[in-house]
Amino acid sequence: MMTTAESTAGERPPKTGLSHRPSAFLHRHTHTRLAALLSAPLLWLVVIYLASLALLFAAAFWQQDPFTSQLVRQFTTDNVKEAFTNPAYRTVGVRTLVIASSVTVLCLVLALPVAFYAAKVAKPRGRRLLIVAFLVPLWASYLVKAYAWRGILGENGVLDWALKPFGLSGPGFGQIAVIITLTYLWLPYMILPIYASLDRLPNSLLEASGDLGGKSGRTFRSVVFPIILPGIAAGSIFTFSLSLGDYIAVRLVAPNFTVTGNQIYNNIAGGGNTPLGAALALISVLTITIYMLLVSRTGALREL
Amino acid sequence: MQRKRLLAVGALVASASLVLAACGSDDNGGSGSSGATPPDNTALQELGANEGQLRVLAWPGYAEDGTAYKNTDWVTPFEQDSGCDVTVTTFGTSDESFKQMATKQYDVVSASGDASRRLIYAGLVDPFNLDLSTTYDDIFDDLKDKPWNSVDGVAYGVPHGRGANLLMYNTEKVKPAPTSWAPTWEADSPYAGYITAYDNPIFIADAALYLKSTQPDLGIENPYALDQDQLAAAKELLMQQAPNIGEYWSDAFASIESFTKERIYLGTTWQYNANYVADQGTPVKAFLPSEGSTGWSDTWMVAHDSPNVNCAYAWVNYITSPGPQAQVAEWFGEAPANEKACALTSDKNHCDTYHANDAAYWENVYYWETPTPDCADGRDVTCTSYAEWKTAWDEVRAG
Repeated sequence: MMTTAESTAGERPPKTGLSHRPSAFLHRHTHTRLAALLSAPLLWLVVIYLASLALLFAAAFWQQDPFTSQLVRQFTTDNVKEAFTNPAYRTVGVRTLVIASSVTVLCLVLALPVAFYAAKVAKPRGRRLLIVAFLVPLWASYLVKAYAWRGILGENGVLDWALKPFGLSGPGFGQIAVIITLTYLWLPYMILPIYASLDRLPNSLLEASGDLGGKSGRTFRSVVFPIILPGIAAGSIFTFSLSLGDYIAVRLVAPNFTVTGNQIYNNIAGGGNTPLGAALALISVLTITIYMLLVSRTGALREL
Repeated sequence: MQRKRLLAVGALVASASLVLAACGSDDNGGSGSSGATPPDNTALQELGANEGQLRVLAWPGYAEDGTAYKNTDWVTPFEQDSGCDVTVTTFGTSDESFKQMATKQYDVVSASGDASRRLIYAGLVDPFNLDLSTTYDDIFDDLKDKPWNSVDGVAYGVPHGRGANLLMYNTEKVKPAPTSWAPTWEADSPYAGYITAYDNPIFIADAALYLKSTQPDLGIENPYALDQDQLAAAKELLMQQAPNIGEYWSDAFASIESFTKERIYLGTTWQYNANYVADQGTPVKAFLPSEGSTGWSDTWMVAHDSPNVNCAYAWVNYITSPGPQAQVAEWFGEAPANEKACALTSDKNHCDTYHANDAAYWENVYYWETPTPDCADGRDVTCTSYAEWKTAWDEVRAG
C-alpha cells in the first residue's frame, strides 16, 4: 500500500488550488493520512475499550473500604482467591460452564442440518427465504425473546398447555429452561458461520467423494467437516462466550437460579463488593481466552 | 484473529491492569483510613440567596414533577416558589444511590439507612444545620438522632418517611393465621415451595432478627451488627430456608403478581404491595409479626460542598413540610415523618393504615442500616461488613 502511494506521488505533481491543498498534503504524507484515518478508531479501541477493561481487572486486585464501600487502591490477591476457593463461586462457575457447553453443543446439533440444507439442497428461492428466516430473530429485541420464553416455559404456560393432552408437563423454570432459552437466542450465531463455510464448499468436492465411493457419512467426515471446522469454531465462540456472560435471560426464565453473570452483576452493579465482582469477571474472560487459544491451536481460526 | 496477536492484546490488558493495581495507592482522599469517625465536614451557617438550580437524587416517587404522571407533581410548585430549577434523577437501590452520590453531581439525596451511614463516613454529605430547618419540630421524635441520620448527636439531614417489611399471607391458603415469622423460616413449614423472600444481602438482617428471639444464646442485639458467629448462624438459617422458597423477589410488581396469581402464599412484603394485592381481590393480610421486623427510614441529606446549597436547604424544608409530606406518603405508600401531614392526606385513614402515629409499632422495627466492622450495638468486637454480607448472600443464593 505504501509503495503504490509513493510512486503515484512521484509521477504526477499535485494540483495547487486552495481547496486541493489538504488533500494534496495528505496525498504526499502517507503516514499523516494513516494517522488521521486510524486515530479515532484506535482511540476508541485502546482508551475506551481496552483501558476500561484493564481498569475493571485492576479492581480485582484492589480492596474495598468496609465503612464507605469505596475502592481502596491497595494491592491484594484475596478477591481472586475468594472467587476460586469459595464453594459458592466455584459451584456456580462450574454450573455456568456446563450450561455454556450444553448450549454450544445443542446449537451445533441444530445448526448443522439446517445450514447444510440451506447451502446445498435448497433451491435459490428457498435458500433466500431460509436465510431471512435465520436473520429475522436477530432483528427482534433480546428482551422480547427472553420474555416470550418466560411465557412459554412458565407454570401453566404455552408448553404446559400443549403437553397436557399427553399427560406431560414442561420443564418449568430452572436449568433446562435456561439452556433452551439460550440455545434459541444464540442459534443464528452458529448457523450463519456454518452456512457461510458450506456455501464456499464447491459441490464438485461432494460429487468427487461420491464418485470415489464415499457414502454420506464418510463424505461428511472426510470432506465437509474439515472444511466447515473454522465456521463451527467461530460459531462456538459466539455461543459459548454469550452463554457464559448472560444473566438477564437467566433471571427471566429461572428466577431462583444463579449463574456467574448474576454474581458479577450483583457484586458490581448492585454495589456491595466491586473487587470480588471484578475478580469473577476476570475469571470469565480468562476462560474465554483459554477456549479461544484451544480453538486457535486447532488452526481453525486461520481461515476466518 | 491470529494467536500471537490475541496473546499480545491479552498481555497488554493484563500488564496495564497489574500496573494500575499495584500503583496508585492512597490517592483517594482518606476513605482508605479506618473510617471509624466521619470526616469533619461543616454545616451551612446561614442561608443566602437561592442559586436558581437544584439537582435532586431520589427514590422513585419521592420527587415527582409531573413527567411520569400528569397530576402527580409537587416539584413544580417548589420551583415557582423558590426560583430553583429542579432536575430529578432516580435510583433503584441504596447501593445505586451511593454510587451516584460518589460522582458528586447532585445537591440533595433521599438516603435510606443502608446508604446514609456510608454517605456520612465517605464524606459525601455535610451535617445539616437544624437551626435552618423550618420543619424539624414537627418530625416524629422517634425518628430523630438515630445512627442512620446522625453521628454523635450531629444531624446529617431531616427524616422523610418510613415503612416496615411485613409478613403477607393468603388468608385462604395459610391456616391458622400466622402470628410469627416461623412458617417462613422453619424447615418443616407446610408452605414449602410457596414462600417468598427479599432477594438482597440486607435480608440477612431478617434472618438475624428471627434468631434474636428464637436463639437468644447467640446474643444478637441489633440485626445489623453481627459478629462472625452470628452471621454464620443467620446464613445457616437462610440456607435452611432456601429449598422452601418458591420465588425470591426484588421487583415489587413481580412480587405482587406472584401473590395475585397465587404462586406464592406467604412471605416478606411492603405495605404498598399488600394494599395493591388486596385491591386486586386476592384474600391477603399483611401484619407485623411478634418478632418485629426490618424496615426503612429515609433522610434528606445535602451533598458535601454543594454549589446549590441554599436551594438544597429550601428543598429539604419544602419536602419535609406537611403538604408535600402528605402527597409523597400517599403516592409512595409509607408513613410520613412530619406529624402534621396526617391531617392533610386525601385518605383520612392513611396515617392509621401506615401506623405513622403509633410509636409502639415502630419499637419492634429495625430500620435498614449499613453493616460496618464497628458494631452498631456498641459491642467491643469486630462485626461483619457489608462486603461479607454480600459474600454470605452469594453463598445462600448459589444453592
